[in-house]
Amino acid sequence: MPSRHSLTVRVTHWVSALCFFALLVSGFEIVVSHPRFYWGENGNARTPAWLTLPIPASRGSVPTGYGYTLPDQNGWSRYLHFQAAWGAVLTGLVYAIYSLWSGHLRRNLIPERAGLSWRALGAAIAQHLRSGADPAGAQSYNLPQRIAYLAVVFGLFPLVIWTGLAMSPSFVSAFPITVTALGGRQSARTIHFLVSLSLLLFVLIHLVMVYRAGFGSRVRAMITGRTGTGREEL
Amino acid sequence: MSGITRRRLVRGGLAAAAGASGLAVAARLAGRYGLIPPDHGGLYGLGETLTYASQRLLTSHSLAREFARSEISKQPFPNPVAPPNEEFKRLAAGNFAEWRLTVSGMVARPLSLSIADLKRFRASGQITQVACEEGWSYVAEWIGTPLVEVLHAAEILPQARYVVYFSIARGWWDSIDMADALHPQTLVTYGMNGGDLPVNFGGPLRLRVPRQLGYKSVKYITRLAVTDDLKRFGKGLGSAPPEGGYAWYAGI
Repeated sequence: MPSRHSLTVRVTHWVSALCFFALLVSGFEIVVSHPRFYWGENGNARTPAWLTLPIPASRGSVPTGYGYTLPDQNGWSRYLHFQAAWGAVLTGLVYAIYSLWSGHLRRNLIPERAGLSWRALGAAIAQHLRSGADPAGAQSYNLPQRIAYLAVVFGLFPLVIWTGLAMSPSFVSAFPITVTALGGRQSARTIHFLVSLSLLLFVLIHLVMVYRAGFGSRVRAMITGRTGTGREEL
Repeated sequence: MSGITRRRLVRGGLAAAAGASGLAVAARLAGRYGLIPPDHGGLYGLGETLTYASQRLLTSHSLAREFARSEISKQPFPNPVAPPNEEFKRLAAGNFAEWRLTVSGMVARPLSLSIADLKRFRASGQITQVACEEGWSYVAEWIGTPLVEVLHAAEILPQARYVVYFSIARGWWDSIDMADALHPQTLVTYGMNGGDLPVNFGGPLRLRVPRQLGYKSVKYITRLAVTDDLKRFGKGLGSAPPEGGYAWYAGI
C-alpha cells in the first residue's frame, strides 16, 4: 500500500506539533504578565492600551481591574518559549527544504491550475461543512487544505518568527529595519499575538477536520504513513 | 517498507558517530570562543546556548537603536522594586555624596568612585528604549559615563571575561560578557531626561545595558567585579535571575 505521508512529513509534523504546544502555553504565560497591547514603539501601564485582555495579570504593576495577581510563571515560560522556537524554526527549515527538494511543494501543496477557482474552493468548503468526508483526498491534499497549509507554512510561520525576532533588543540592534518596518516594538508584539491567535485558530480547525475525517485513521496515517485497511471512506 | 538491514544499521551507526563527534567539536569550539552562557545546564540549556551563540556571532558590535528627542516617552514607567534598605536611606539622606562604586577583581588598579568622580569621566548621552521582559517599553534619555571608561581607568587585565555588578539591594546582582562590558552604549548612568537619575528609575546609579531587556539594567549599583570565572559568584549561574528561573542572557 502506498504511503500517504512521507517519513520527513510525519516527523516534522509531530515535532512541530510539540513545539507549537510548548510555544502556545509559554506564550500565554508571558502574555499574562502584561495582558495589554499597544501599537507603535512604546506602551506601558501608564499609557492607554489598544487591547486589554479581560484576565488578571501575574504582576501587580498592571492595571487589570482584578484585585489579585496570578503566580509569576515568566522564568520557565521564557526559557521554554525560546527553546521551542529553536525547535520549530529548525524543523520548519528541514520541512521547507524537503518540500522544495522532493517535489512535495509542487505535487501536494501548490493547487493545480486547472482546479483553482473560487467556485471550486467554495464547493470544496461546502462539501466539508456538509459531510466532512473527502472522496478526493486519499493520496493528496484537497484545495482548501492546500491553501490553508501554504498560508500557514509560508505566511503565518515566517510572520510569527519575524515579529518574534523584532522583539529581541539585540537582534534589532543589528537589523533595526526588522522592527521599524513593523512600526515599532509594541506593534511587533501586538502582531506576534494576533498571528499566534490565527495559528491557534488554524490548529483548532485542523483538529476538527481530522476528527470528522476519521480521527483514528488520520492520526495513524500521520504516525505510520499508511492509510489503513481500506475500509475507511477515503 | 522493508525491515532493518545490516547495511542500514551500519550506515545509521556511522552517521550517529559522525553526528556525536561533530557535536563534541562544536561544543569545544563554542567554549573556546565564549559562545556558551553560564546558565547552559539543565532542561533549557540547549535553546539558551543556541540563542546566546547566535547573538554573539551576529551582534557583538551592533549598536542599540537610538531615538529622536521627540520620541522620548512622556510617560516612562518605573518598575516597582522592594523598598530601599537602611543603608540606602542613610546615603539618600546625605544626598548620595557618600555613594561609592568600587571596582575590584581582575584589575591592576582597584577603584572606589563617588558620583562626583564618575562625572569627571567622559560623559555620554543616549536616547534608548527600556524593554521589559513582561512586554512593556518606554524611551528615555540616559546620561552617564560608558562602563568602558571606568574599566580602562581600573586597567582591567587581558584575561578578564565578565563584569559582575551588584546593587545595594541584597541579592540583586548580574553580569555581562566583555562584548557588552566594552560596548560603547553600556552606561554607568547617573542622569535621565535632563536631570539626576530619579530613585525609582535606579538613581543615583544604574548600569544601562540597552541591548538587553530591562532586568539586566540593575538599579543602585555599588560594586563592579571583573572576573574570568562566573562560577565564583552566587550559585555559579552568572547572575541572580537564573537562580530565580530567568535567563542570564537577556538580549534574547
